[in-house]
Amino acid sequence: MRFVWFNLMPWPDLPEDFREKYRSVWVDIPSALYDPVRGHEVYNTYLDQLEFAETVGYDGLGVNEHHANAYGLMPSPCLMAAALARRTSRAALVVLGSSIALYDPPIRVAEEFAMLDVISGGRLVAGFPVGTSMDTNYAYGRVPGTLRERYAEAHELIRRAWAADEPFVFNGRYTKLRYANCWPKPIQKPHPPIFIPGGGSVETYDFCIENNYNYSYLSFFGFLRARRLMENYWQRVAELGADDSPYRATFAQIICVGETDAEAERIYGPHVSYFFNRCLHVFPGFADAPGYRTIKTIQSEFLNQLARPNLGQAASLSWGELIERGYIVAGSPDTVRERMEELIKTLRVGNIICGIHVGDMPPEKTRHSTELFAKKVMPHLRGIWKDYDNDERFWIHPLPQRVTPAPIATEAAR
Amino acid sequence: MSNRSYVLDIAAGRRKIRVFEAGEGRPLVFLHGAGGLSEDSPFLAALAGRWHVFAPLLPGYGDSEGAEGLRDMLDVTLHSFDVLDALGLDRPILVGHSMGGMIAAEMAAVAPREVDRLALIAPAGLWLDAHPVPDLFSKLPHELPALLFHDPAFGERMMTAGGDLDDPKFLEAFIIRNTRQLAMAGKILFPIPDRGLSERLYRIRAKTVLIWGDNDRVIAPAYGDAFCRGIAGAELIRVASAGHMVIVEQPAAVVGALTRLD
Repeated sequence: MRFVWFNLMPWPDLPEDFREKYRSVWVDIPSALYDPVRGHEVYNTYLDQLEFAETVGYDGLGVNEHHANAYGLMPSPCLMAAALARRTSRAALVVLGSSIALYDPPIRVAEEFAMLDVISGGRLVAGFPVGTSMDTNYAYGRVPGTLRERYAEAHELIRRAWAADEPFVFNGRYTKLRYANCWPKPIQKPHPPIFIPGGGSVETYDFCIENNYNYSYLSFFGFLRARRLMENYWQRVAELGADDSPYRATFAQIICVGETDAEAERIYGPHVSYFFNRCLHVFPGFADAPGYRTIKTIQSEFLNQLARPNLGQAASLSWGELIERGYIVAGSPDTVRERMEELIKTLRVGNIICGIHVGDMPPEKTRHSTELFAKKVMPHLRGIWKDYDNDERFWIHPLPQRVTPAPIATEAAR
Repeated sequence: MSNRSYVLDIAAGRRKIRVFEAGEGRPLVFLHGAGGLSEDSPFLAALAGRWHVFAPLLPGYGDSEGAEGLRDMLDVTLHSFDVLDALGLDRPILVGHSMGGMIAAEMAAVAPREVDRLALIAPAGLWLDAHPVPDLFSKLPHELPALLFHDPAFGERMMTAGGDLDDPKFLEAFIIRNTRQLAMAGKILFPIPDRGLSERLYRIRAKTVLIWGDNDRVIAPAYGDAFCRGIAGAELIRVASAGHMVIVEQPAAVVGALTRLD
């Protein structure tokens, strides 16, 4: 098992009456609610937390991309990963991702990911999400009906750019490059491990299985939907004749660990409530621009009774209901261990993205939960897939000898 | 009055389109808006009372196929000429509503010798910062009647006729239809319905009538003035007690205005 410590980087100061006064945390939320001076502290605190996670044994540090979004303050995940590359030394930098259809030309992503892989000594996990409709269509203006074609073309360009040893001509429909030429190139060959965040579209299953990419289901909506969705995924793996290594799959889970069940509820409850009430308050009209999902996916969701996740649906749930439905895994180390073991085995996932910082959780509580999970939960889960631990296809291959940042040269030292 | 509905293979087998045909007399082609067109549309019947009407459905609408090959404005414009060719029509009266008006205007600008009678009913295609067109793609169903109709209560009855969104079968069909339609429409309308038409309007030579609901809350009547300034000799006719769906709310007045092209 591998564990990635992940922080969405939410804005912690959304007002109490946010739901009443504003219709959405995403797309059209006024940026007057953002205070850059406070932001200075927030970004640096969040980066500190990611760096701390490496020291207590997490295998990876996760960042992702959102736009015009007050619960995800990383429009450029590569900038955050670059900051982490210098102050960490061992953990994978899991960038989930760059939304490759949003870059013009998309070779920009090949370049930035290569830079990260080289600076970090081969520690990059390269995520290639399509991106949500809020991000891609509404915030970035991409036409829904051609987004996936753009995505496929960007993917082809990036893979070719990493593989080629000579400049090549790329005559795409959306990108035309007479001199496609990626400098630098990544350390990891033939390419860094690629993770594809998916939300249940059939086309994405096949894309991952055919390319040996990790399928990452990132959701805030727990077990029930995840179980159906992952069952369909593994069924598709079998249909296509691929092996069933759990390292093909990743699941994201909000996790809160306290000394006891009661302590967990008392100290984390308000921050979980902030997250589900204020952070996930998204205007339903932005959820899905027509044409963003394919007809095949819509039909399959109806066929499999996969209710569409409605970001606002958890707002009224109690702590107990959030746990019962699996939206959060929370409690004492024993409680969390038991629940995580069930989750990992049921979904058959080799990687867990741990959402341990939640909503407006302050640094001391975040550290407490991060440490308890690392020391009292992780060791018991490590060996769940020990029969597959030789499967190295879906994880990083860093250089054995890596350069560490030298102390900053000062005049006195000279 | 004869009524025919059929599927045509066009563009050397690349696309298939549904066509509604009715009436007799001078040929008139009607290009529908982003919401589509049903065979029993009272507006089509009103047109058929005077002209020989052909109403093709754009790929993505009804059982018309081939939307994947239409990606941008030029594709859609040329597709529409392919339709005229397949129907064997030479310079019919060309009428378009909303998105269909945008397509008709593009056709007249791209090939001014092929279009000599043009009617644009509340067409999309221009952008005025002072009169932003609302983002219809992100609207919830219950928000639409008040935007689209002069009389929202009438609009709501029109839009909810024939189905119950709580019935899963109907809901699935509704979502799939809506997705197919607007995925196609989005290629020329999303996120802003401007694909450079203002730069090309000067090429239009057709005798042009613009028809606008006085109370259009989607594409404000100010756009009618902008089209008039861009197309030499165009005439703007405003229709009272009508919103963006002027063809539904005041079909007789629209037909009356169209007679200026006879």
